[in-house]
Amino acid sequence: MSIFVDHTTRVLVQGITGREGQFHTRQCIAYGTRVVAGVTPGKGGRKMDDVPVFNTVREAVDQSGANCSLIFVPPPFAADAIMEAADAEVDLIVTITEGIPVLDMMRVKNYLATRPVRLIGPNCPGIITPGVCKVGIMPGPAHKPGGPIGVISRSGTLTYEVVHQLTQQGIGQTTCIGIGGDPVNGTNFIDCLDAFQQDPDTTGIVMVGEIGGSAEEDAAEFITRHVTKPVVGFIAGLTAPPGRRMGHAGAIVSGGSGTAQGKIDALKSAGVHVCEDLGRLGELCAEVF
Amino acid sequence: MKIHEYQAKELFRQYGIPIPDGQVAFSVDEAAATARRLGQYPVVVKAQIHAGGRGKGGGVQLADTAPSVTEVAGRILGMTLVTPQTGPAGRVVKKVLVEQGLNIEKELYLSLIPDRATAQIVVMASEAGGMDIEEVAARTPEKIIRVAVNPLAGIQPYHCREVAFGLKLSAPLIKQFIPMLQKLYQLFVDYDCSLVEINPLVITAEETVVALDAKINFDDNALFRHKDILEYRDLEEEDPREIEAAKYNLNYINLDGNVGNMVNGAGLAMATMDIIQRAGAEPANFLDVGGGASAEMVENGFKIILADENVKGILINIFGGILRCDVLAEGVVAAARKTAIKVPVVVRMEGTNVEKGREILEKSGLNLITAVDLKDAARKVAEIV
Repeated sequence: MSIFVDHTTRVLVQGITGREGQFHTRQCIAYGTRVVAGVTPGKGGRKMDDVPVFNTVREAVDQSGANCSLIFVPPPFAADAIMEAADAEVDLIVTITEGIPVLDMMRVKNYLATRPVRLIGPNCPGIITPGVCKVGIMPGPAHKPGGPIGVISRSGTLTYEVVHQLTQQGIGQTTCIGIGGDPVNGTNFIDCLDAFQQDPDTTGIVMVGEIGGSAEEDAAEFITRHVTKPVVGFIAGLTAPPGRRMGHAGAIVSGGSGTAQGKIDALKSAGVHVCEDLGRLGELCAEVF
Repeated sequence: MKIHEYQAKELFRQYGIPIPDGQVAFSVDEAAATARRLGQYPVVVKAQIHAGGRGKGGGVQLADTAPSVTEVAGRILGMTLVTPQTGPAGRVVKKVLVEQGLNIEKELYLSLIPDRATAQIVVMASEAGGMDIEEVAARTPEKIIRVAVNPLAGIQPYHCREVAFGLKLSAPLIKQFIPMLQKLYQLFVDYDCSLVEINPLVITAEETVVALDAKINFDDNALFRHKDILEYRDLEEEDPREIEAAKYNLNYINLDGNVGNMVNGAGLAMATMDIIQRAGAEPANFLDVGGGASAEMVENGFKIILADENVKGILINIFGGILRCDVLAEGVVAAARKTAIKVPVVVRMEGTNVEKGREILEKSGLNLITAVDLKDAARKVAEIV
């Protein structure tokens, strides 16, 4: 089992003819993902390799039966693309795009709140159920299929590092989700924790957070109340200076809130096994799980 | 992106938000001329730097006469202003805002910020104006009024009434306050602000509401649609190395430590800085070369890191994934030769062809130390510093 994506996931790619879109569509297909359509306005009727390209998401969904959209559209047009996908009634939208204006994402989030659709991202590596379905830009071979651990992270390459260490220890993953490094995003830690808690094949969870905002503190509260499976946590940014944005738009300590130490303390008090030495995360997981 | 108070007040003026009469001055003569034009004393001379707490550091002063304007402006212009937000090095003041003095009855606080968790724009207000609002929030949270606005619907009159009644404004003041808050909200969304703050917003003896201070930050991701705001950028307020790095599309922040580091991806970069500290050293920087990372990026990264004389060693941590490590290793070797690196460099990489990559580094004859994993990298960093 897995969460959010599995063998029934039929993916359409918005921005399929762009450089990134093309490259990663091929990588996803090579991994075994069923990519059934692409969308690039004005390029309808063409093909990207064997994938038919449409002008609109609605058309792509109608013709291909896609239930998931993977978005590589550039930041100025990304909000439009996400809302188009939501209106075409896909179940899941995975937005890789980095650099979407915060106000655009605030409007998108409020718009999506009234619809039965899940958004993952933006500014994220996507989601993978190892060995089954990869909807994103993560390196497939770093993962180990078969579970039993679920991974949730705000970061990209840091997630690959964490997954790599799990795999090195012989620990497989059910599903790995990058929820993104932007201040306003779709699916959050709590949504994923909830889904992993309910997934019978997931026996433990790794959550990777970083400075900025209060998502980890909120997650800690949720874990205390609702999560019975063991959780290993890691928080990046203990050495980050306050008031500076550390690469990710959402990674900033402001006015004494959003610090790594505050998040570590919150997670510890929720019974999370917090790893303070990233080099040892895999070993810690082997001990805990 | 940050802008100066006088620039924020220019935007306020365009939106019809009341501000004191005044003008920016780059010299004592200009300051004196503005004071003459204002025609009445006292005037206020305010240092213009991108940091708060200016008053405490002596950067905001009153002048009662024409000669005292010259004297005060002369003192502030060119001074190194140290505030809690500038750090101990302080900032050199190159311009001042000269404004009319007001008869202040009461100081309030008003700001608009995006709330990341709820995706709403939050109006924050308090009767405790002129103070550090974070302190007010921590000590007396009941004194803070918070009203959340759904960005799809925009600000409604009832939002404004809630804030106005919360601030216990009189009827004539409420009439001024409501349209002012609506304009402020409009400015916030028109320009993709990440903060609009007025601290203090003052009530004068003449029963008017005036923005005595003005602070606006903009969402960097939205600057592509606000070319006019880019005109406000003041490069003198930024670290020259960070400006240089931005030219190469590198995300760099200079820090005080001695171990330079170069990493692909922001989260892993932060985690790598933390590893350096755990190893007993201090990171000299944050440097994210992007999720992909190419040989050219590595070369530019070296240049930026080596411009910092405190750097005694460098840790490169690249989780390639799809990236081929042999290609990356060749890039590192070429870049190390080209930039004539004298400090030891620990390279940790992971991805396709990693064995071949390590071989290339080892055979280069350069001071490139390979690390097999993060634990190994931390140990080797500790050894070199």
